[in-house]
Amino acid sequence: MSPSQEASADAAGIPVTLTVNGTTHRLTVQPTAVLLDVLRERLQLTGTKKGCDHGQCGACTVILDGRRVNSCMVLAAMKDGSSVTTIEGLAEDGRLHPMQQAFIEHDAFQCGYCTPGQIMSAVALLEEGRANTVEEIREYMSGNLCRCGAYVNIVAAIQQVLATGRRSATP
Amino acid sequence: MNNFEYLRAETLDQAVAAAAANPAAKFIAGGTNLVDLMKYNVERPERVIDITRLPLREIAPTEEGGLLIGALVPNSDLAYDERIQACYPLLASAILAGASPQLRNSATTGGNLLQRTRCYYFYDPGTPCNKREPGTGCPAIEGQNRIHAILGTSEHCIATHPSDMCVGLAALEAVIHVQGQGGARRIPIGEFHRLPGDTPHIDTTLRHDEVVTGVELPPSDYGSNHTYLKLRDRLSYAFALVSVAAALKIEDGVVAKARLALGGVAHKPWRDTAAEALLVGNPPGRERFAAAAEEVLRDARGYAHNSFKIELARRAIIRALEQAAAGTPQSQTDKRIR
Amino acid sequence: MPNPEAYVGRPTSRVDGPAKVTGAARYAAEYFAPDLAYGVVVSSAIARGRITAIDTAAALAVPGVIHVFTHENRPRTAWLDYNYRDEVAPPGSPFRPLHGPEIQFSGQPVALVVAESFEAAGYAASLVKVEYEAAGHVTDLEVKRHEAYVPKKKRAGVKPPPEPRGDPEGAFGAAPVHVDGDYTHAIEHHNPMEPHASTVVWEGDGKLTIYDKVQGSQNSQKYVASVFGLNADDVRVVNAYVGGAFGSGLRPQYQLFLAVMAALELKRSVRVVLTRDQMFTFTHRPHALQTIRLGADEEGRLMSVRHDVVQSTSQFEDYQENIVNWSGLMYRCDNVALTHKLAQIDTYTPGDMRAPGATTGVFALEIAMDELAERVGIDPVELRLRNYAEKDQDENKEFTSKELRECYRIGAERFGWSRRNPAPRSMRDGRELVGWGMATGCWEAYFQKTSARARLAAGGELEIATASSDIGTGTYTILAQLAADDLGVPIERVAVRIGDSSLPASPIEGGSWTAASAGAAVQAACGAVREKLLGLARSIDGSPLANAGIEHVAFRDGRIELAGDPERFVTLADAMQAGGVEHVEAEETVSPDILTSMRYSMYTHSAIFAEVKVDEELGIIRVTRIVNAVAAGRILNPKTARSQVLGGIVMGVGMALEEESMLDHNLGRFMNHNFAEYHVPVNADIHDIDVIFVPEHDDKANPLGVKGLGEIGIVGTAAAIANAIYHATGKRIRALPITPDKLL
Repeated sequence: MSPSQEASADAAGIPVTLTVNGTTHRLTVQPTAVLLDVLRERLQLTGTKKGCDHGQCGACTVILDGRRVNSCMVLAAMKDGSSVTTIEGLAEDGRLHPMQQAFIEHDAFQCGYCTPGQIMSAVALLEEGRANTVEEIREYMSGNLCRCGAYVNIVAAIQQVLATGRRSATP
Repeated sequence: MNNFEYLRAETLDQAVAAAAANPAAKFIAGGTNLVDLMKYNVERPERVIDITRLPLREIAPTEEGGLLIGALVPNSDLAYDERIQACYPLLASAILAGASPQLRNSATTGGNLLQRTRCYYFYDPGTPCNKREPGTGCPAIEGQNRIHAILGTSEHCIATHPSDMCVGLAALEAVIHVQGQGGARRIPIGEFHRLPGDTPHIDTTLRHDEVVTGVELPPSDYGSNHTYLKLRDRLSYAFALVSVAAALKIEDGVVAKARLALGGVAHKPWRDTAAEALLVGNPPGRERFAAAAEEVLRDARGYAHNSFKIELARRAIIRALEQAAAGTPQSQTDKRIR
Repeated sequence: MPNPEAYVGRPTSRVDGPAKVTGAARYAAEYFAPDLAYGVVVSSAIARGRITAIDTAAALAVPGVIHVFTHENRPRTAWLDYNYRDEVAPPGSPFRPLHGPEIQFSGQPVALVVAESFEAAGYAASLVKVEYEAAGHVTDLEVKRHEAYVPKKKRAGVKPPPEPRGDPEGAFGAAPVHVDGDYTHAIEHHNPMEPHASTVVWEGDGKLTIYDKVQGSQNSQKYVASVFGLNADDVRVVNAYVGGAFGSGLRPQYQLFLAVMAALELKRSVRVVLTRDQMFTFTHRPHALQTIRLGADEEGRLMSVRHDVVQSTSQFEDYQENIVNWSGLMYRCDNVALTHKLAQIDTYTPGDMRAPGATTGVFALEIAMDELAERVGIDPVELRLRNYAEKDQDENKEFTSKELRECYRIGAERFGWSRRNPAPRSMRDGRELVGWGMATGCWEAYFQKTSARARLAAGGELEIATASSDIGTGTYTILAQLAADDLGVPIERVAVRIGDSSLPASPIEGGSWTAASAGAAVQAACGAVREKLLGLARSIDGSPLANAGIEHVAFRDGRIELAGDPERFVTLADAMQAGGVEHVEAEETVSPDILTSMRYSMYTHSAIFAEVKVDEELGIIRVTRIVNAVAAGRILNPKTARSQVLGGIVMGVGMALEEESMLDHNLGRFMNHNFAEYHVPVNADIHDIDVIFVPEHDDKANPLGVKGLGEIGIVGTAAAIANAIYHATGKRIRALPITPDKLL
């Protein structure tokens, strides 16, 4: 027989439960709704940016079920039950995450538009634990374009957090 | 993006049946290519079948001593799997040469096999393209073709296959496991992707109702004599101009077995067994490597902007074979080419 | 009197940093309004011709679609070109979206689909059927080269080439050493990370609040008022945060027109965001075909300089930039001929992109100088010192300041230039060839009329306001630093309000003039507040400052102190209480001094040194080290200043090695219109970059003595890299970008 009927779209859309920054949202989404647009337009969490909408710039990077992904390439309907951490969920009780603080200290951004994606990617990079050399940091941060050209400072910020060994608990 | 019907498959049979019932259906897993193409209106499926709940996420040993990789194993899991790193480092390297950490986290093994070309025209519905709309023509042949194919092209299409992983799989003689209404099949990687011919809109030999369930790797014994060398227009996060997967089995100073596959040069990962045969039985050396390169590129044909790829491929093949022979595979993080 | 506690001159973290690292900073597409509708643009498939039919029925049938605007049903807008001409428009007839059936460039907007959701609008947009009658188009500048012309109308603010001086032809003939080369670069698109977007909030009664991605809120405000016949007071444009622009936001782009049109017609709020591929349908750095001929004596002294360029523009506007004047300015030479011509191709009008003109012209000149150094057989730095220009010969003026000699010296020292083996192909690191190259950079130090307001409250809160922008440049931060110092309040108490057309008048943010101009305006406004406060303080009975003039006091820690005797003071609160006021406010306007401009030339300079490592066999280039020594007057904030220069250098690396908008001349269309195939540098491409600010005192260019940093970083970078590649490989590449194929 045909696939699971519970997930079939009717005109009203598909029900999905998403936990975003610890808050549970029960939403009905159209099949065409992309996670990035749901975050920005439905939940008004505009910290996650749309730079290319095609997985080519990394501005939309979020941590989805523990991994960094491009949220522009994710159909929201497919992520029922998932957890998402966005830039808005990084600071705890108004205290900046060490990576956010390091980005400010090292001036690791200019216009700020790629910055949430850079920071989410950098936080995940730390969790992955595979970047130890400067070459590895550069390579594993290469999925995040910065047109202002802040790369030298981005690498310095990440190195500082790496050196202090301070990793955050990310969901 | 067009409106479509979204179905979530709980079993393989459901997935296959749902595809069989609608000729304009597509399977979706990681979505990194399909969603991309749907946003450009290049793909306009009527039905999208979510297969991410299917139990295809394992990497399991085979009786033959190889591995069977579930179709839904994400590219990053595959690349960092201990067994893959130990026995198939060439594959790990090829995967890590492609895309970005974010994309590798989403993209799946099966989806990577089914990536469509990066041809500018294919991606732009404002232009003609035989692959996107059969019969409309191929403007790349007379237009911008810097990134296009030099081998196996046709007068209808000169697009390339964009995957790095598949080049590694070609060198490793992977076998693709698929299942459709007619049952399960195993397709050698060399027969999985097609040349464009006069039907460039058909990328693979996969039937419409068939879903990729896994990729089988036969046992591998190349030790450290392998490499994946990718050349591109920037040092990371770019598709290959030319890439080379090379693996050698060297016994008593003589090449006992050789594998050579290229990416970025053809409509499919381009493996050349005749070139491999030229290496076997000889000591590894630049002259032999050059002869193999010559063989690979014997029928190469360039266009206005991509003729350089012929010479670049020649040099890349030689260098990759040198790296493989020396047991110094190319690092994907240290960008100095060994 | 240097103040060790001053914020100015100290590395200061961005005051907008917390907002940017938490996602709280809102950009143009990130404001909401009740009933917000979404507009998606349909772009033309052809480059030139006309629309013969446009069928919107299928699009209108999509649930949620509100309206489809086309040239057939668009509301009426202003009639005269004049109404469409923005603050920085070049001479010509500005493009009018949906004006008629004529197609003037590929990707031209032909419809706007407005729907209740972004998804519905996007789907419907794909269903709009357009039929065209194509006319012949030409997008290849080489084809139009023979039709090149000198533009009749000059673009305001852009210097045309100076008259020839001396006898360039004769001197060239007499010169024993010649360089004669053709140089070209690829068309580039700005590609800021934030796509162009406008959110138009319908406030009722025809009033609009517009969140626009633009470099000048008042430029968009005037454009909207003029085009749609609105009262300027009913149009408020906000650009509090701008996700990069690099020139793409100098002129209002077509999404603004479309969003406003839809909002006015539908009487509801509308958001229009362009896609990344649509970011390739408007302004860009133009193509240019350059020829340089240098004649020199045996010691390398320039005897003749000739620099000719044909630059692309659209069919409807004469976009002009200063490409060639640099060749008469940067080095001493008595025989110079410089020409600049345009040729029209069927693209959108090009526009200013980071250091427009200089990036293009100086790249060619500085490669030619490298060629000359080699031919003469002297060091490239020495060649430049032998031809050092002590004055601006183009305009026969002195420089307000020029510490370029120090840039060469300090930059070379930091780089280790003296260890360079001059012979090409002489340096290796393992398998890779190593090359060291250098170039000079130069950019004009502009100063523009700007107004600002300062308002100090009795509680110590200081608000600064000007309509200027911060496109990532650090405007918020330097204005806060300046104001905090001027009035002696902690920077945390300073609120900087910019990016709003309702604030005191400011030009667009461009030309690297914002620090000098907005900074001076803020300083003037704060100065007026100081005067008022001192007046109030002096009015207190028995005031310890009764006889003090403004030059005798210091504002520190919320007090006005007698300089040299800090125990004699009046608190700001007491001063205000004495005057019976809750706050003190002043608005001031600063303007360039005409006499100074007539007597002096003002330029920023740099010396850039680059190291490349090249795998010659495979054509792979790595830029492993860059040192850039910049003389830009006073540095307000070394931290953000360094970032500005870093950013310019990174874009210069892109220009040198990667960036190329590829036109299919058969289709008249840019084909690599995305971030996967239009390559900008990624993290892995960028290695060590060292930025040095060379001390430079300038008391003439503007009141602050700052010369601007937004653009100098890119100028010369591509040439330094190209010269390093030559030094590494012996291959002289005069066409950018230097992709692997060019080295094979």
